[in-house]
Amino acid sequence: MRKTALDCVYKLAKVDERVVFVGSDLGPGVLDKMKTEFPQRFFMEGVSEQYIVGMAAGLAMEGFIPYVNTIATFLTRRCYEQVAVDLCIHDLPVRLIANGGGGVYAPLGPTHLAIEDIAIMRALPNMAVVAPCDADEMNRLMMSTLEWPHPIYIRLGKGGDKIVSEEKNGFELGKSILMRSGSDGMFVTTGVMTQLALETADILKKDGVNVGVVHMHTIKPFDAAGVISAIENVKAVVTVEEHIVNGGLGSALLETCSDLRPELLPKITRVGIPDKFATEYGSQNSLLKHWGITSDTLVGAMMKKLGG
Amino acid sequence: MPMDDRSKLLRRYVIDAMRGGGRGHLGSSMSMIEILRVLYDSVLKYDPKNPESTDRDRFVLSKGHGCLALYAILADKGFLPISELESFCRPTSRLGGHPERGKVPGVEASTGALGHGLPIAVGLALAMRLQERNSRVFVLTGDGEINEGSNWEAGMAAAKHKLSNLTVMVDYNKLQSYGKTSEVLDLEPLVDKFKSFGFVTHEVDGHDVAALEAIFKKLPFSDSAPSAIICHTIKGKGFPFAEGNPEWHHKSGMTETDIQQMYDCL
Repeated sequence: MRKTALDCVYKLAKVDERVVFVGSDLGPGVLDKMKTEFPQRFFMEGVSEQYIVGMAAGLAMEGFIPYVNTIATFLTRRCYEQVAVDLCIHDLPVRLIANGGGGVYAPLGPTHLAIEDIAIMRALPNMAVVAPCDADEMNRLMMSTLEWPHPIYIRLGKGGDKIVSEEKNGFELGKSILMRSGSDGMFVTTGVMTQLALETADILKKDGVNVGVVHMHTIKPFDAAGVISAIENVKAVVTVEEHIVNGGLGSALLETCSDLRPELLPKITRVGIPDKFATEYGSQNSLLKHWGITSDTLVGAMMKKLGG
Repeated sequence: MPMDDRSKLLRRYVIDAMRGGGRGHLGSSMSMIEILRVLYDSVLKYDPKNPESTDRDRFVLSKGHGCLALYAILADKGFLPISELESFCRPTSRLGGHPERGKVPGVEASTGALGHGLPIAVGLALAMRLQERNSRVFVLTGDGEINEGSNWEAGMAAAKHKLSNLTVMVDYNKLQSYGKTSEVLDLEPLVDKFKSFGFVTHEVDGHDVAALEAIFKKLPFSDSAPSAIICHTIKGKGFPFAEGNPEWHHKSGMTETDIQQMYDCL
């Protein structure tokens, strides 16, 4: 997913002179093709995220579209004031490409685990928050970013994630995608949790339970109409996110329903990372299990809401 | 050094705004009056009738709390009506306690949170280079402000990119909100710090108009490095009760007596 995102920056740079790339201190060879072909628009600026975001803002003020890339925690926690003031108050078209959403960096511990990034980014006016589910969708997202006039936070998964998105569904920022319809229940998902929800829906189907999946690749702006349409006629709704349960996708759905359709609230339950920092290392999958984000727990959450 | 009529006039505009808003960063604004006066009188390229003209020089006030001085010079130059100064900090005014891009003609960046101006200015200077424009970029920081590490991150980058079109000025009045910079977080040796970060650096008396004009004429100090000017100033310059007095860093709830006391100094 990351490789796809960066390849897209290069593709965009080829067709649009406004595109610049700004990295902090990424691995050797990153975007070498862009560095070679467009050295003036390739910046590797060092471990200095506060500066990098401000510098990207300055470039954007003069008409450029900077794509800024580093690890998610450094791009959110480290320079939150720069993101808020330099990007969001000025409402500039800077794209933050954030490596390692959720438990991707499991072996590296809690300093590298972006567990609250969606919550803090979505709290900022003007910021869009996007978490594609696979590389194909990342490609569609990236190629649609040139004309969005506001800042965008793009949350990356690990990479190599199973391709579940489909070309026919297209990609429109702020528009949910109903991946599978369901008559009994609905999983509301974002990022690579969409794959987990689809797998779980298959398991439930074998037991005769018909559960759909609506994929919210964009958590902000939140597609209230799309998600309400997907959940209003089912009996149970489970939100699934690789993010703390506070302030992320589940919260966005509860807020939306509270504002627009409070009668839907009782059938919604949330599955996500508990409100605490990780105490284990291992792998992304082992952390997900530790956090209770598995097919088993999704089945349990859904069946409990269905009264099963 | 006694103030001439122009310096007094600009200070009067600041007081007009403070009278309207009943508050303001007096000390922080008065230390930078002459720096802005010389910049806008003799250095910067701009057109008040077309404040967004692409060939303008960019001036970023990083110490946004000094906005009263910026509003004064922008009004003086015709970016906004002088009569508008009295609206300072009122609910629907364009002129807030920190300057905002898009609201106030001539304001390049919304600042107030400290340590943001120089990183933005580096981006602007890089943009000028990428677009092959001759516009220059100037940024004025406070002294307490450069406690923030973001300035030094940006400083390293400015030198790396050899941004000869970028000039940073430090309003070095030696006082920050709590007290002396030497006691809160000492900046010395400040000139050496900027030099070691790759800036060609000079010092000047920040209230000496002729000296400021002379130093600005020498810009760029190098064709392959950013320039820095350490402006030695006096906080609250022109108001004996406020000079060097951290109590006047910011004042709110000002009375007519306070305001008259300030006018009387001019």
